[in-house]
Amino acid sequence: MLEVRELNSQYGGAKILHGVTMTLGANEVVALLGRNGAGKSTTMKSIMGMVRQKSGSVLYEGAEMLGRPSHVICRAGVGYVPEERRIFKELTVEENLSVGKREKRADAPEWTLDHLYTLFPNLKERRRNLGKHLSGGEQQMLTIARTLMGNPKVVLLDEPSEGIAPVIVEQMAHVIAELKREGLSVLISEQNLHFARLVSDRAYIIEKGQMRYEGTFAELDAQPEVSAKYLAV
Amino acid sequence: MGFYLAQLLTGLANASSLFLIACGLSIIFGVTRIVNFAHGSFYMLGAYLSYTLVTHLSALGALGFWGGVLVSALLVGVIGLLVEVLILRRIYRAPELFQLVATFGILLIIEDAALAIWGAQDLLGPRAPGLSKAVRILGEPIPQYDLALIVIGPVVLGLIWLIFHRTRWGVLVRAATQDREMVGALGVNQALLFSSAFFLGSVMAGLGGALQIPREAVNLNMDLSVIGDAFVVVVIGGMGSVTGAFIAAVLISVLNAFAVLVFPQISLVLPFIVMALVLVVRPYGLLGKPGSEKGAPADPEAPLRPLNPAGRLAMGAVVVILALVPLVSADFTMILLVDVLIAVLFAASLHFIMGTGGMISFGHAAYFGVGAYAAALVVKWLGLSMVPAMIVAPVASGLAALVFGWFCVRLSGVYLGMLTLAAAQIVWGVTFQWQDVTGGDDGIIGVWPAKWASSETAYFYLALVLCAGGVWLLRRAAHAPFGYMLRGIRDSEIRAEAIGVDTRFHQWMAFTFAGTLAGLAGVVSAFAKGSVFPDVLNISSSIDALIMVLLGGIHTLLGPLLGASVFVLIESWVTRLEYWRFIFGLIILGVVLIAPDGLAGALSRLLAFLKARIRPGTDTKKEALHGQRS
Repeated sequence: MLEVRELNSQYGGAKILHGVTMTLGANEVVALLGRNGAGKSTTMKSIMGMVRQKSGSVLYEGAEMLGRPSHVICRAGVGYVPEERRIFKELTVEENLSVGKREKRADAPEWTLDHLYTLFPNLKERRRNLGKHLSGGEQQMLTIARTLMGNPKVVLLDEPSEGIAPVIVEQMAHVIAELKREGLSVLISEQNLHFARLVSDRAYIIEKGQMRYEGTFAELDAQPEVSAKYLAV
Repeated sequence: MGFYLAQLLTGLANASSLFLIACGLSIIFGVTRIVNFAHGSFYMLGAYLSYTLVTHLSALGALGFWGGVLVSALLVGVIGLLVEVLILRRIYRAPELFQLVATFGILLIIEDAALAIWGAQDLLGPRAPGLSKAVRILGEPIPQYDLALIVIGPVVLGLIWLIFHRTRWGVLVRAATQDREMVGALGVNQALLFSSAFFLGSVMAGLGGALQIPREAVNLNMDLSVIGDAFVVVVIGGMGSVTGAFIAAVLISVLNAFAVLVFPQISLVLPFIVMALVLVVRPYGLLGKPGSEKGAPADPEAPLRPLNPAGRLAMGAVVVILALVPLVSADFTMILLVDVLIAVLFAASLHFIMGTGGMISFGHAAYFGVGAYAAALVVKWLGLSMVPAMIVAPVASGLAALVFGWFCVRLSGVYLGMLTLAAAQIVWGVTFQWQDVTGGDDGIIGVWPAKWASSETAYFYLALVLCAGGVWLLRRAAHAPFGYMLRGIRDSEIRAEAIGVDTRFHQWMAFTFAGTLAGLAGVVSAFAKGSVFPDVLNISSSIDALIMVLLGGIHTLLGPLLGASVFVLIESWVTRLEYWRFIFGLIILGVVLIAPDGLAGALSRLLAFLKARIRPGTDTKKEALHGQRS
């Protein structure tokens, strides 16, 4: 589905990623684990064409995406949910959703407003409210719903559990399970090992811009020294 | 009573004109984050085109007039679209300075093109058929056309509101105004969105200009004279807010209509005073949102490096060679070289604010001018001689920078730049109007150097010592802990604050320091020329300094030195030609598009390339990086 090979990225003079390689299979949920500043967000932004200085390869369904503008990558079927809930604060919930709307895709599920409102009942109640008047959890739900309006096949979820209440984290886990049930592939970046284990099939660990570990959670649990070294704070 | 109502209606009619041009500017800024000086040119082109079209279509009556106006607006939209696609699209990721200077280059080109097509004389356009008379309201004659304008403004506001809230395109534009990168990641083609927004904005500028022909003569100064007020309106309203622009246009125009009754000279400065007051209370304008001040996202800066021994040697050599020039060359060369030295210090002081301090200034000429005028005034009114004047002048400009800087550092991004522009315009306006003291447009003459410095050679040495000394001080400051702090604040204000740096204080001091040295450049210039005129304070003069910094390359401390030298040399050659603005505009665009890291950057790339050829196996990229930042 998505294959990243030897990805190097930098901002100005600062190199962030050093030869990152990873894959995301069809209908798979994969966690990208790592501490703050390890390079999780930069990996996602590089896949999405939002980092300018980069080299390597990002293959989506066999086609090279590296160097293409983000709207082309999005239209190809890759949805991106940013961290820090970058909703459009001065637009209403429904306007936010309409910005994300794209044509129906033959090979991916179509998300209608009704379908999204069943998945995110809060948003329906607040559909006429401005983005800035939503709670943190509602904003997080809105960013996901907005990306789903583009009917993606692959979703990149950047730190979905960051800074939201435990009850919303639970709802988030439910949403990710629903995405998998609908046949999507999901890459989530996480610092929260517990949450990642709950929702994903496999994990990568990134540290200082390099991949340090790849495997299932069972394998990761068998080597406590790995998570102690790369994840413990 | 009738008289006051008439004033109010005149104010409202002016507000409509101002709103049309300002809302286009605001839309363009909101989406593309470009501070577009060429918007004034689009306004002027709208007026010229509609003058030609409406005159030719006059047989058709009202249809000819309104048809001509609309077609001109659309034609201007197409011209704007061409400018966007051919030039601006390439520099969306460049620092604000590039965009600003590039749009100024476009302004110069359009100005000379208009001169070639329509000539230099003022053109009086026809009146609108059916609206050419005045109606009496409470006994006062009110032009019918003014009443039409009063209606047109709110109607256009309503139409734009509908487009922005009822169409998908409008929703996308509003979304892009808040976070354009995210809009791209959601699958929207930014290039198309930018181009279409630019088209709409240019149409509005063209419409504003086209509707102006029955009210004022079309002339070649319309571009720069309107752009200052348009910026003010956009900033007061909040950048990117169309409704804000409307409120601000009404506020400014109505205030102005009444203020001139009390104090006729105020109209030049009033908009800028209002802007300064509004920004101090509301740093994002009336309806602006936090974040609306940010320009285009640019790559972070690489660290500055101190000069290596070879570089120091080279700089020393340049000073020594300059010191030897009088032995071999004529007076004319020395006069030119004094101009170069002055420009170098002026540009270096601006670079200190922008490159090291990370604050954009559109009004640096204020401090240069205050220095020059302070010297001239103490010579003229107190009878002081050159040396005391040279001490008083930088202190005066430093004080001016201290006062204005206090307000400016409270803002950031484009708002800060606009407030510096406002400060410069206020100083210019006061100087221009206060005839009894400053001589107004006639300036102050007879500012001659002391006897010992009156020969070309002696004054050249004096200028060399003062300017080289000033540049050395600026470099010292950039590499001192003070400079580290400034760069830290520039790169991340939040982090600098978190480690206990008083960010505002440091920026304030940097502003004052740079203003003081600009004043030093100003006083050297005043005595070199023997006179001072208000021109040294105007927008063009501030932009000259920006061009010098850009020409040299903003990322290096050597940049302004090179840029200022080349600028003065090119200017002294090109201004003798007939269409020099056109040529100069082309040169500016050439630099922006071909050598975006400026001459210093281009030079060090060339050096690195040569080095790699001579010593195969060295890492070219690394060398280039080193070279660029020295």
